[in-house]
Amino acid sequence: MTQKKTYALPNITTPNTNVKFNPARCNGCNHCVEVCQCDVYIPNPVKGQPPVILHPDECWYCGCCVNDCPRPGSIAFNWPVQQRAYWKDKKTGKVLRDSQA
Amino acid sequence: MTRWHDFIEKDGKAPAWPYPIRYDQEQEIETDVLVIGGGIAGCWAAITAARNGAKVALVEKGDTIRSGAGGPGCDHWCNVPANPLSPVDPDEWAAAMSEMPYCNGIGNQIQCREDWDTLVEMEQIGGKIRDTEDEYLGAEGRDKKSKIMISPRYTRNIGFGGDAAVRRPFKSNPEGKLNNCTIRIWGSTFKPALKKECKRLGVKIFDRVMVTSLLTEKGVQGARVVGATGLNGRTGEFMIFKSKASIVATAGDWSLYLLNTELAGYNTFRSRTITGDGNAMAFRAGAELTLMERTGVMMLATGFKHTWYGGAGDASYENVQLVDANGKKLPWPTQGWADGGAMRPTQKDMEKIIKGIHSGDYALPFYGDFPGMKDVERRATWDLMLKEESTCKIITDSYEKAGYDPAKHLLQNYSFIEGNSPQQWRTAGGGGPLVDWNLMTTLDGLYVAGENMFAAGDHSYAAATGRYAGRKAAGYSKQVAQGKAAREQITAEKKRIYAPIKRTAGIDWKELHAGIARAMQYFCSEYKTELLLNMGLDALKEIEEVHVPRLYALDPHKLMRSIEDLNLLTHGQIIINAALARKASSMMLNHFRIDFPQLDPAEWHKYLTIKLANNKVKIGSRPQKYWGDMVKNYEKYNKDYTGVYKRKK
Repeated sequence: MTQKKTYALPNITTPNTNVKFNPARCNGCNHCVEVCQCDVYIPNPVKGQPPVILHPDECWYCGCCVNDCPRPGSIAFNWPVQQRAYWKDKKTGKVLRDSQA
Repeated sequence: MTRWHDFIEKDGKAPAWPYPIRYDQEQEIETDVLVIGGGIAGCWAAITAARNGAKVALVEKGDTIRSGAGGPGCDHWCNVPANPLSPVDPDEWAAAMSEMPYCNGIGNQIQCREDWDTLVEMEQIGGKIRDTEDEYLGAEGRDKKSKIMISPRYTRNIGFGGDAAVRRPFKSNPEGKLNNCTIRIWGSTFKPALKKECKRLGVKIFDRVMVTSLLTEKGVQGARVVGATGLNGRTGEFMIFKSKASIVATAGDWSLYLLNTELAGYNTFRSRTITGDGNAMAFRAGAELTLMERTGVMMLATGFKHTWYGGAGDASYENVQLVDANGKKLPWPTQGWADGGAMRPTQKDMEKIIKGIHSGDYALPFYGDFPGMKDVERRATWDLMLKEESTCKIITDSYEKAGYDPAKHLLQNYSFIEGNSPQQWRTAGGGGPLVDWNLMTTLDGLYVAGENMFAAGDHSYAAATGRYAGRKAAGYSKQVAQGKAAREQITAEKKRIYAPIKRTAGIDWKELHAGIARAMQYFCSEYKTELLLNMGLDALKEIEEVHVPRLYALDPHKLMRSIEDLNLLTHGQIIINAALARKASSMMLNHFRIDFPQLDPAEWHKYLTIKLANNKVKIGSRPQKYWGDMVKNYEKYNKDYTGVYKRKK
């Protein structure tokens, strides 16, 4: 196991990853940085890379960053675990939930 | 590397601030009409002022493309009796709306006369208002010829309560046809189109700028408003706007009573940017505000629990039959055609449901029976109504991605399973500056539009009143010269807003916000007495004198959040002062004074007003329906208006 350097970091803000970027797809256009009314994101210091999530605790889950992405698939929503939905199959009665990782 | 701590772990240091830092630097803009807030009301105000020949500056804390409560989307255009499918006369509808005590009759009349015109203009600039692709052929309420989709809302009565199912007679609708006063819309297409139209018309847009104060003639409180100051939330630059007319189009302060970011994120139904800025700046400038004592429990988003339209959002009750865990139908209205759009059970039905839960007749949890709906109605609900409404699209999309299929799956409802507490008191439907028939406040040159004009936050209301205020402000700006701002006022404002970046230790904005919220929860929520309210004023004064001078900010963003806190603090002080002034309880104002328990005594049927004069709080009043004859006054003030509205015979 490669030993990563351990820093003394405070507990990270929770939730801290309100969205997941797909770096293979995202071209760092920063449209999501602009549509966010709370400035949750800042542009990545490396041009062409996905934005940095700086203020995840200010996200109000409006979804515009994902809805308006000009390259769909670059960014996906990642709901906090306590905000996941439940539903039930009407035929089988099986209770299901949003278990997306 | 998309998380902040990734950078620490990789480089051992945080990323540099990505924007230039321009603290203290000034940029001055001169314009005819200044619009404060670029949401629905603000965009419409800017567009209409520009169409009426004014030079316009629009200032927005976020980015105008999606900012404001209506930025992500909207599914209903409410109270639009002037539309060709409605048999009801707009004036009769406005009069009926205004029977509700403590409403804004001026806004109601404007909305009913002009929001069809507004919607037509919305379509002209690129908003989708009809089922042009024939996706919902055969859906109830869809008009074959115009392809307009009428909503079940208000088809029989006004409002969402148990009475919604009871037909209300209208003289203009003698046969008792459906009122057809609400239209389903594709509201997610609206905001980008509005921004585009602003740009096309040459509106100068200042995104990411928070307006921090209004400038008054020679700096005198209560004098004509001649501009405003602003702070760029990315660069920290100071903005000075000089304007002939200004329009406040911000909204309420939906998080005054609550800060709860941890674990659930910032989810209080509205975004953090909505911090009562308009009311706070108008109050400090000397404008008279009214209905500031109106606060209440927001039933839809509980803050500490699941959040309506949040991740596990309760999208499970609109237009869909609620059933219990065994599939038994609940006597809960579906907000559909069968019950005229009723949203809440009558008190009798609610008691039946609660009794049934305890006796085992209704097994928890409850579900929305989407599979039981007719295909086209299910699609009209799930794909149109929910996906277009507010922040819902990201929720329904997430469900689908996780395997949810509305044709197969019952969607869980969260009512009752979380219990009743903690309740969330807040200022939903609160007050704002008093307005006249021009939507001008008591300050010369200052106009108000949208939710800020002591009215409910409603998309079409914001649009129609924004459009109206833009027209009026443009007219005013042609008759006056630029005013004279005082340098001393600008200097004092700079000193106020830059104080937090001059400190390196103390408390940050989140701690201060939570402290203000706690004081409001303790001293100005359900149990109101003279003693508690005075303790609340003392608590806020202590925060102002002891903790505000310790406020520090690390960057322009956190500085802006800090200044927002100061607005929340002012808002709290206004609310408590107003609550102290109303020495009576009122059902309609959610104002329950333990020391004055009599509900709505006749002598208190009035609008209380509150303002600052020489920095002292002054209480005044206006009679109910102070706006006079709605039809006559509307027509008197709008002789030159050429909308599509024709009085229906």
